[in-house]
Amino acid sequence: MYSKDGEDYFIVDAHVALWDARPENQLNVHGKQFIDCFYDYHRNLGPESEHWSYEEFLYYGGERLMKDLFTDGHVDHAIFQPARLGAFYRNGFGQTEESFALAQRHPDKLTYNHCWDPRFEQSGLDQLRRDAERFHLKGVKLYTAEWQGDSRGYKLDDPWTYRYLETCQELGIKNVHIHKGPTIRPLDRDAFDVADVDRAATDFPELNFVVEHCGLPRLEDFCWIATQEPNVHAGLAVAMPFIHTRPRYFAQIIGELLYWLDEDRIQFSSDYALWTPRWLVERFVDFQIPADMTEYPPLTVAQKKKILGLNAAAMYGIDVPTRCAVTEPAVV
Amino acid sequence: MAAEALEQLERAARRALLGVFDPELDEPITDLGFVRSIQASNDGRLTVHLRLPTSFCSPNFAYLMASDAKDALTALPGAEEVTVLLDDHHDSDMINRGLAADAGYRGTFGEEAESDLEELRVTFRRKAHTAAMERALTSLLRERPELDEGRLHDVVLGDLPDAPATRALLRRRTALGLGTAPADPVLVDEHGHRYPPGETPLRLRLARAVRISIDGNAHFCRGLLRTRYPESAADQSPRAWEPARATSPKENVS
Repeated sequence: MYSKDGEDYFIVDAHVALWDARPENQLNVHGKQFIDCFYDYHRNLGPESEHWSYEEFLYYGGERLMKDLFTDGHVDHAIFQPARLGAFYRNGFGQTEESFALAQRHPDKLTYNHCWDPRFEQSGLDQLRRDAERFHLKGVKLYTAEWQGDSRGYKLDDPWTYRYLETCQELGIKNVHIHKGPTIRPLDRDAFDVADVDRAATDFPELNFVVEHCGLPRLEDFCWIATQEPNVHAGLAVAMPFIHTRPRYFAQIIGELLYWLDEDRIQFSSDYALWTPRWLVERFVDFQIPADMTEYPPLTVAQKKKILGLNAAAMYGIDVPTRCAVTEPAVV
Repeated sequence: MAAEALEQLERAARRALLGVFDPELDEPITDLGFVRSIQASNDGRLTVHLRLPTSFCSPNFAYLMASDAKDALTALPGAEEVTVLLDDHHDSDMINRGLAADAGYRGTFGEEAESDLEELRVTFRRKAHTAAMERALTSLLRERPELDEGRLHDVVLGDLPDAPATRALLRRRTALGLGTAPADPVLVDEHGHRYPPGETPLRLRLARAVRISIDGNAHFCRGLLRTRYPESAADQSPRAWEPARATSPKENVS
């Protein structure tokens, strides 16, 4: 909960991770390259006062996560969105057991989403059924550029992906978070393209598709499909910290999202531990579209409340105290 | 080769690389700071190292830039043997092997390559044109507040001021094979056709989303490169069409 100027904001951090990128968990040089890339994101986009040491960034553990999110970070509820990265890390990048144990200890504060990979075909599908039961899954996180054997990615409209999505629909796993990456066969075309999300969203109207970092680096492709598909949502992972480094660019992203989608389909996230939520929440509540950008209307308090928590709370069925609600309901 | 000749070859190499673009960001790899070093040796061998903002930049774009660089350098008189090396990328070994053997795209990526990267190039040439069109039209709207957005349908190239944004648009039109005559309409699709007049606000809006995406990526990539290689800051040049405010130090934290 964050309160300012007489307004109470219920905060849902819709994309957090508990990862282990320490050298002993790295399988190969790509494990190091991956976390180094994350660390550069962290240092490049976050304010210097919030920078972590490299050691801290490699692994921070559950206690620190609880402190950064809930004690210091104003967050009421957070959702784990783990990336497996089995080709880079021995025990995976996102730590399933540790995250799930934490979520079991704090069910009011944490939701555990799991990941699947359609290239495991039938055995993965069987595993998904077991995982859904064990983790009580409401959502899944898909990293489409995950490497596996000779394959370096898959698409949302591949036949096996469709079987997994059918199973999600059957099991009531309604929320599909998609993280696009650059290595999908064939390499001939733009791998960041979100056209496959468009097809899947059309064919699975009961599922919600949350496109992380709102389609960046292809904001325009994302906005276009989101206008056509009412079940496509924007996750603000990675887009949020631009509020610090490039506030005018951040204004344009938010302005475009509000124009092409609407205020009910945009979700805040810190992408923890890439960044911590405290400063992001505080800056966003204070944020306003610059006056000279007349192409965008000013942000309202109700819009900020929805983006910071009410939208994700509605999607995940999280109870919101009455004083944090807005007069018109945020419906999914 | 004398020292002076070596320097001359290195300078010529840098000039040649000015014509090699990051297709996604629509800027020369030299301005972006992607050229790490250029070295000519006595026997006319030219060695160029390239660097990118992350190890995980798209391998297809990485390959395009590196192979375009090799083509541009190989065409230089006096360059007897050209080696282009992409540093610190997850596909560095594969790409550098492919470049050394002149294996081409399919020879480099094997199974992962289907036909060629022409469609990818065209996609981004079109995006670059769309963004340049939006920049030119939006600055026209700012200069002439009396001009209604809906009237942009009728604006022709001759109506645009002689400014960097206009010249950038003309270059992008040429790259796509579109006309550059003063009477040619500005707000057009990738084939140079006008949109129906009723669609003007929507088309401008879509073009703006394309421009914001490219601008955002350009700044993000430049910033990440500086974080990854602090010495690259000195090699980066500002974007030609950008107002000074957008590159103020406050907005350029690295």
